[in-house]
Amino acid sequence: MTTGEIREEILDILEVIAPDEDLSNIDDAVNFRDQMELDSMDFLDIVMELRKRHRIQIPEDDYVQLASMNSTVTFLEPLMKDIQKV
Amino acid sequence: MIRSAQDEHRIVITGLGLTAPNGDNLADYRAALLAGKSGVEPYHIRYVGDTLAGVCHFDELKYQKRKELRRGTRAGSVAIYCSNEAIQDSGIEWSQVDRSRVGVYVGVTEHGNVETENEVHEIKAFDYDTKVWSHHHNPRTVANNPAGEVTLNLGITGPHYTIGAACAAGNAGMIQGAQMLQLGECDFAIAGGVSESIRTFGIFAGFASQGALAENDDPTRASRPFDRDRNGIVVSEGGCLFTLERYSDASRRGAKIYGELVGYAMTSDASDFVLPNPEQQARCMNMAIDRAGLNVNEIDLVSSHATATPSGDIQECAALKRVFGDSKSTLVNNTKSYIGHAMGAAGSLELAGNLPSFDDGVCHPTINVDNLDPECELPGLVLNEPRENSSIEVILNNSFGMLGINSAVVIKKV
Repeated sequence: MTTGEIREEILDILEVIAPDEDLSNIDDAVNFRDQMELDSMDFLDIVMELRKRHRIQIPEDDYVQLASMNSTVTFLEPLMKDIQKV
Repeated sequence: MIRSAQDEHRIVITGLGLTAPNGDNLADYRAALLAGKSGVEPYHIRYVGDTLAGVCHFDELKYQKRKELRRGTRAGSVAIYCSNEAIQDSGIEWSQVDRSRVGVYVGVTEHGNVETENEVHEIKAFDYDTKVWSHHHNPRTVANNPAGEVTLNLGITGPHYTIGAACAAGNAGMIQGAQMLQLGECDFAIAGGVSESIRTFGIFAGFASQGALAENDDPTRASRPFDRDRNGIVVSEGGCLFTLERYSDASRRGAKIYGELVGYAMTSDASDFVLPNPEQQARCMNMAIDRAGLNVNEIDLVSSHATATPSGDIQECAALKRVFGDSKSTLVNNTKSYIGHAMGAAGSLELAGNLPSFDDGVCHPTINVDNLDPECELPGLVLNEPRENSSIEVILNNSFGMLGINSAVVIKKV
């Protein structure tokens, strides 16, 4: 997946786990928690969706990398570069 | 001996919120009952396939956000809807209520099956890799979930728990709420029962294996307690939660009072996992009537539990004969004939459907009785047509369940 495709995938996951949020104006540089209502269970949902969709295992120590869109995409790029977008 | 209690120990119903397969508020529900309108419809459930069920169609987003719905359970959603509706109906100034003094007591037949089945189904696609088992599983399946979701939704910090009481749970929830008010554990109780059971294939498959799952080409004719041609239970979902208060508090704030809980009882059969025991059912009814300080001939209406299984219906009728003899003055009806068996919600929903009779004097009938089973013949049975101009001041509401759990509550017009 390209950087753009990874971003689209994260947006798609966020639409599922945060269905009340308006994601059209998300600021990629700002922490998710500072611009939408997300708690620790929601971040586990992001981890779980990546695991279910792409078999990606994210160690607990790396959960902090999922703070913002930019940090998430940067963290996932090497893990998802060989995954084809469906 | 509730009847002789001081006003602060008298417990009254001041509000109710409900969702039933044929109505999402008391007015619509009552109108459906008086019109003979069933809420049973075709239903499809995983593995079992096409069957019938009582399905609720309340607006889930009326009191919850999409995310809350996604995170919680159907039972929690039903309970949240009913709680909010009940509080509004009670007329209490909710913003002024000390929420640390509010208790939530929700009866359930079972809880956790829906989520567990969903998760097992989900991990099957991953060759049973438990790494994809949801982290939401435990908070969804803990037994207090429906009551706990109510406290989260409404900011209630008083006690909450569910009461697991099979299909006696609706009454059991109400009884628990009343007892906690009498003990001073809370000042305002939200109590009754809910059910999400149609979301689990296991309950359908279990009843089918037991030969107790209803079938009928016409869904609205499928639930037929007391009828010779009945063939089992229609599984339904639903909920009905009451707001209960001490009479002293309710009268002080000028609350509308649906009725007073003047007597209640719970007993156990100690005889069989599934077969009912009319001796213990009769003892339960007699205890509730006795505690109310009433004679049996003062019970104007019995809201029966009968589920449309041959043994269940006949045994309850035998119990009713033991208690009421050949009395024609006590009317008997059955609400499952409209809504199916709402499991944990059955007791409270069936009581709620009858409460308006205090004011309108109408006893809604048991519908779908084309050929009355002779073994269910009771003098006071109201069948197929409403009984109007009835003077109804006392209702006995029966609710029984598996493992031999019996409950009866007596509600008196105030």
